Amino acid sequence: MNSLELAKQLHAKFGDLLSGPSEFRGEITLGMADAGRIVEVCAFAKKDLGFDYLVDITSIDNYGDDPRWTIVYHVYGLDHRCYLRLKTDVSEEKSELPTVTGVWRGADWHEREIYDMMGIRFQGHPDLRRILMWEGYPYFPLRKDFPLSGKPTALPEVAFTETAPLEGGPFVTKAGAKDAMTREPRVRTPEG
Amino acid sequence: MAEIRDIEVKDNAARSAEAAQALAVPPPRTDELPDIQGERMVINMGPSHPATHGVLRIVLELDGEIITRAMPEVGYLHRGDEKIAENMTYTQFIPYTDRLDYLAPLANNVAYALAVEKLLGIQDKITPRCQYIRVVCCELARISSHLLGVGCFAMDVGALTVFLLTFTEREKIYNLCESLTGARFTTSYTRIGGVSRDTPPGWCAAVRKFLEEVVVNIAEVETLLTRNRIWTDRTQGLGVIPKDVAVDYGLSGPNLRASGVDYDLRRAQPYLVYDRLKFDVPVGSVGDCYDRYLVRMEEMRQSVRIIHQCLDQIPGGFDNPSREPVNISDGKIVLPPKQKVLTSMEELIHHFLNVTQGVNVPPGEVYFGHENPKGELGFYINSKGGGTPHRLKIRSPSFVNLSILSWLLPGHMMSDTVAILGSFDFVMGECDR
Repeated sequence: MNSLELAKQLHAKFGDLLSGPSEFRGEITLGMADAGRIVEVCAFAKKDLGFDYLVDITSIDNYGDDPRWTIVYHVYGLDHRCYLRLKTDVSEEKSELPTVTGVWRGADWHEREIYDMMGIRFQGHPDLRRILMWEGYPYFPLRKDFPLSGKPTALPEVAFTETAPLEGGPFVTKAGAKDAMTREPRVRTPEG
Repeated sequence: MAEIRDIEVKDNAARSAEAAQALAVPPPRTDELPDIQGERMVINMGPSHPATHGVLRIVLELDGEIITRAMPEVGYLHRGDEKIAENMTYTQFIPYTDRLDYLAPLANNVAYALAVEKLLGIQDKITPRCQYIRVVCCELARISSHLLGVGCFAMDVGALTVFLLTFTEREKIYNLCESLTGARFTTSYTRIGGVSRDTPPGWCAAVRKFLEEVVVNIAEVETLLTRNRIWTDRTQGLGVIPKDVAVDYGLSGPNLRASGVDYDLRRAQPYLVYDRLKFDVPVGSVGDCYDRYLVRMEEMRQSVRIIHQCLDQIPGGFDNPSREPVNISDGKIVLPPKQKVLTSMEELIHHFLNVTQGVNVPPGEVYFGHENPKGELGFYINSKGGGTPHRLKIRSPSFVNLSILSWLLPGHMMSDTVAILGSFDFVMGECDR
C-alpha cells in the first residue's frame, strides 16, 4: 500500500469533490473543491484508510489571487507509513471552514494558530482564541499585506508593539545610507 | 534495630495494569465535582517559573491540591520566524533554525537543509561523507538534548546531582561543536547541499573519546535514578498517556514512544544513511513520566551506538586524507571555493548570484519531517520559484506535545505538574517560533 493507492481510494469514494492526485518529489497531494466537507473527508481517511496521525495543519495566503486562503492538511498513517496532503481553498469573504478537532484532537492548537496568524475561523472549534499573539492584538501577522516590520499597537496594561527599524529592506544595509550605529537605536556608540 | 527491606520493583505488566486501572477512573471534571467545600482557586504557573523551562504559562484551577482544569498559554517567545523566512533567501534562514530548539541546534540545521534539498530534488546527490557527518551531528545533538532533558527533569524533582553530571557531559559536546562549527551554541553548520566545512583534524577522534566517556556518565545517572525509591515514587504511574490518546494529539519523539507507539522517523522514513546503521528504537509500556525518562536514557545509548558506526564507516576516514568531497559540486547551489571565485569568471558569477538572489528553487511544495530529539520537526515549504519561500511552516514538536497538557494535567496534584512538565522535555523557542 502506498500513498498514491490510498489517495486513489479516497478519490474513488468522494469523486468530483477531490482533484488529483498529483505527485511532486514523491509526495501525493489531493485538492478539495468544497472546504465545507473537510470533516467528512478527514473522518473517512482516518477511519477507513488508516490516516490516524495528524502531522500538521497550516494555511497559505495567496494574496492577490482568489480564493485567498489555502488550508493544507498533512496526515500520516502509523500502520501503513504513508503521508498524504489535502489542500482546500477558502475565499476571503468567507474566511471560515469547519474544524477537524472532532477527528483528531491534536487539530486544536494547529487551528488556533491558523486563526491567530491569518484570521481564518474554524466553525465548531471548542476554544478558538489567539495562541501565539495575545488576546486583543488587532492584526493577523502572517498575512502577506502585513508588513515585516510590524505595526504599532497598544493594549493598555497588556502589551504594545512598535515598528522595527528595517530602513528600507529586511535586515539589509543600503549603500550610502546611515550606518548601523545611527540607524539601530539599540546599538551603543563607542563612547557608551 | 531497623528492618532492612528490598525496594519493591514492579514489572512492566503490573505497572501497565495499575496505570490502566487508574485511568479507568476519570479525573474529576469541573462540572461533576460533588459538594465542594469553599471555592476553587486559580493560580498562575509561569511564565517565569524554574520548572517551565522557559516561558510557558499554565493557568491552573485547583480544588485543594488537585488540578481541575489546566490552560497552557504559549507565545511569550514568538518571534515570527515563519514571517521572517518569507523575506529572505533559503541560506539566510539557517541561523534562525539554530534558535528553534536551542538545545539541539545541529539537528535543526540538518532538518532544514534536508527539507530545502528535497524541494530542490538533490537529496540523492548529497555526498556520502556529508551524510555521515550530518548523522553524527544529529546524534550528538540528541545526546546533548536528552542529557539536558533528563538533568532538568531530575533537578525539578529534587535530584540536583544528576543535573551537575549531565551538564559536565554537555560541556564536552559544546567543545566539540565549537571545534566543528566555530560556535558553541548557534552552530548554523549546514548549507543547502552540504555543510559549512569538513571536520577539523582530530575531531572524529575527539568524538570517539567523548563517546567512551559519556557512556560511563549515562551509567552513573542510571545508578542514581532508575532504581532510586524517591525517583520511582515521584515518576511511576504519573502523567500516564495511553497509546490512542498520544496518537490522537499527534505527540512525537520520546513522548510518543514512551506510550508504546513504535514511531521513529529514522526507521519509518529513513533519510541520510540511517537505513545502513543498526540501532534499536526503545518503546515504553506504560506511558508515564518514568517511561519517558527510560526511553530518553536508552535513546542516548543508541545514539552512541549510531555515532560509533558512523565513525567506522565514514568515507575518507577520520581526517579525510583522500579529500573526499563534502559539498555537492553544483555552483548554483553551494558557494564555490573562494580561490576559484577570485580567479575564474564562472565561479564569480555563481558566487554573486548565490549570495544576492539565493538558490533558485523550482515551484512546488514539500514536507520533510525529521526525527529531532524532541520529536518530529517538520518543514513545509511552499515555493513559487526563485530564491525565497512563499510560505514556510515549521511543525515544531514541542508545540504539538504541549497541546496535550489541558487533557493530561486535570486530576493530578499541583506538585506533580513539575514532574510531568520535566518529563515532557519541551523547549519554548521551538514551541513559539
